[in-house]
Amino acid sequence: MMTPSLEKNRVPKIKSFQRALGDNAHVNETPMATIKMQIKRLNFYYGAHRALEAINLDVYANCITALIGPSGCGKSTLLRALNRMNDLVPQSRAEGEILLDGENTLAPNVDVVEIRRRVGMVFQRPNPFPKSIYDNVAYGPRLLGVNKRSDLDAIVEKSLRASALWDEVKGKLHESGLALSGGQQQRLCIARTIAVEPEVILMDEPASALDPISTYKIEELMQQLREQFTIVIVTHNMQQAARASDYTAFMSWQMSGALLDATRAHAGRIIEFGATKNIFTNPQEKETEDYITGRFG
Amino acid sequence: MKQTPQPLWLKTFTRQIQHGDVIFRALTILASLIILATFVAIGFELWQNTTLAREKFGLSFLTSDEWDPVQQQFGALPTIYGTLQTSLFALLLALPLGLGIAIFLAELAPTWLRAPLGYVVELLAAVPSVVYGLWGLYVYLPNFVKPTAQFLNGTFGFLPLFEGPVYGPSRFAASLILTIMILPTISALCRDVLLAIPNTQREAALALGATKWEMISQVLIPYGLSGILGTAILGLGRALGETIAVTMVIGNNRDLSPSILHPGYTMASIIANEFAEATEEIYLQALIEVGLVLFFITLALNVLARLLVWSVARRTPSELRA
Repeated sequence: MMTPSLEKNRVPKIKSFQRALGDNAHVNETPMATIKMQIKRLNFYYGAHRALEAINLDVYANCITALIGPSGCGKSTLLRALNRMNDLVPQSRAEGEILLDGENTLAPNVDVVEIRRRVGMVFQRPNPFPKSIYDNVAYGPRLLGVNKRSDLDAIVEKSLRASALWDEVKGKLHESGLALSGGQQQRLCIARTIAVEPEVILMDEPASALDPISTYKIEELMQQLREQFTIVIVTHNMQQAARASDYTAFMSWQMSGALLDATRAHAGRIIEFGATKNIFTNPQEKETEDYITGRFG
Repeated sequence: MKQTPQPLWLKTFTRQIQHGDVIFRALTILASLIILATFVAIGFELWQNTTLAREKFGLSFLTSDEWDPVQQQFGALPTIYGTLQTSLFALLLALPLGLGIAIFLAELAPTWLRAPLGYVVELLAAVPSVVYGLWGLYVYLPNFVKPTAQFLNGTFGFLPLFEGPVYGPSRFAASLILTIMILPTISALCRDVLLAIPNTQREAALALGATKWEMISQVLIPYGLSGILGTAILGLGRALGETIAVTMVIGNNRDLSPSILHPGYTMASIIANEFAEATEEIYLQALIEVGLVLFFITLALNVLARLLVWSVARRTPSELRA
């Protein structure tokens, strides 16, 4: 059922695979797919420490963009900048622009709550509320003012179906979400996220705490979700990025020579960005190749 | 020469001795037994020293409002009523206020303000209660408590709880001073409860487009409810037993009247106030019996509150299963 549209989506992407993007010069090219989010010259600081430097990245609509790279290279920081979750970190500061449908989400007068509703997030560890399965999923819609029982019932069922959890929980919707297994909890969190119908879903290593079968289910789910949503995922798992994503951004610290030098400030930046297929089969940068082939670290 | 291998249990036991496990465990058991022994000893002593009074008054000690040292007739009802009324009223005021302070300290205050403000709150808990009493008597009572009491009497005077006439010293004054005294405890502990909630819960709510208020009221407070109720117990415990500050502002009146605006007595304050005058055996025993009643009421309220916390904790597990 979904194969044709999946193929259709992939065609224009393959055209734009050929860009060598080590210097992030790709912003000048006309993309074939629609750009959902555009990061421009983003610098990010925790206090005096610069965590991200000169990030330029396009996130294409209805595609899965994977962020890979060594620990501490700023993948999660970048991801969390996209829905301004970093605002919670005291003394953090962003420079540059992150455009969501052309609107700068870093502008001072922006409604952060609205951005987070449009850009949802699934976290590394499943974090359901200590409420029933039903109330977990209905939480977001209730915030938006949906209170009619029949409407909520419909949203809950739709979201749980979309997250491939419905069949497993339909008989126990009013039991605690914490009684589910880790993999089920994570799919519950995905259901909770899509219940508010965001436009973009950010996933921060969503399967790193899960067993292989649950991981597989989450990956399969992502393929279905991208029909409707734009997905950005941080992952440490090379195979996962290769299997599940359309685009991959390889991130690392600023200078390859400084990787092992703890005394230098490590500002994360994007080393290479392109179609996942190209990044994994024909990387343009030596650093990318070293990382992918496991020669690094 | 072949050595016979040591049996496993002996090896384990030897290691436990060598590494201090056994000694350490014995010491901690001993330490906790001391608590239990103290508790039993207090109850026993109170019971022993009130034989005469218990025989003479029986259960009427709890239901009688007569307290007449001259006729040697003693009933503790007014003081029981005074203790319960002042403590519960204080808790009623201090819990929402303390929770508000805690929310500000843990979630809303700018980072640079949190630590110093937190210290001040904790410092308030360390002020000796006689200081609170003095301040209450000379500053708080005339400037705040009495006008408020007059307002309550003027507006809700038709309710027995707020009947006049309004003097200064009253159970109301005691409630308000108790409120201030248990406020630091409640706010500091509620803040710790909030801070102990994993950040993932905050992030989950915010990522769904919740505002800060929605996150606090719908996620954090339900999550920490059992802990918040627990701090309420501790606050109540302090209010029930608080003596000197209450004695200074409550008016020390033995009448039984429902109005909170009347002068009254609490169990703790009648003991503190009349202990020195109790020269006759039966008078002394009556005061000790008040202590016994206070002991049991405190116990009962704590057990009740603990049950409440358990029932809430069962509904909302405080630990997330991964």
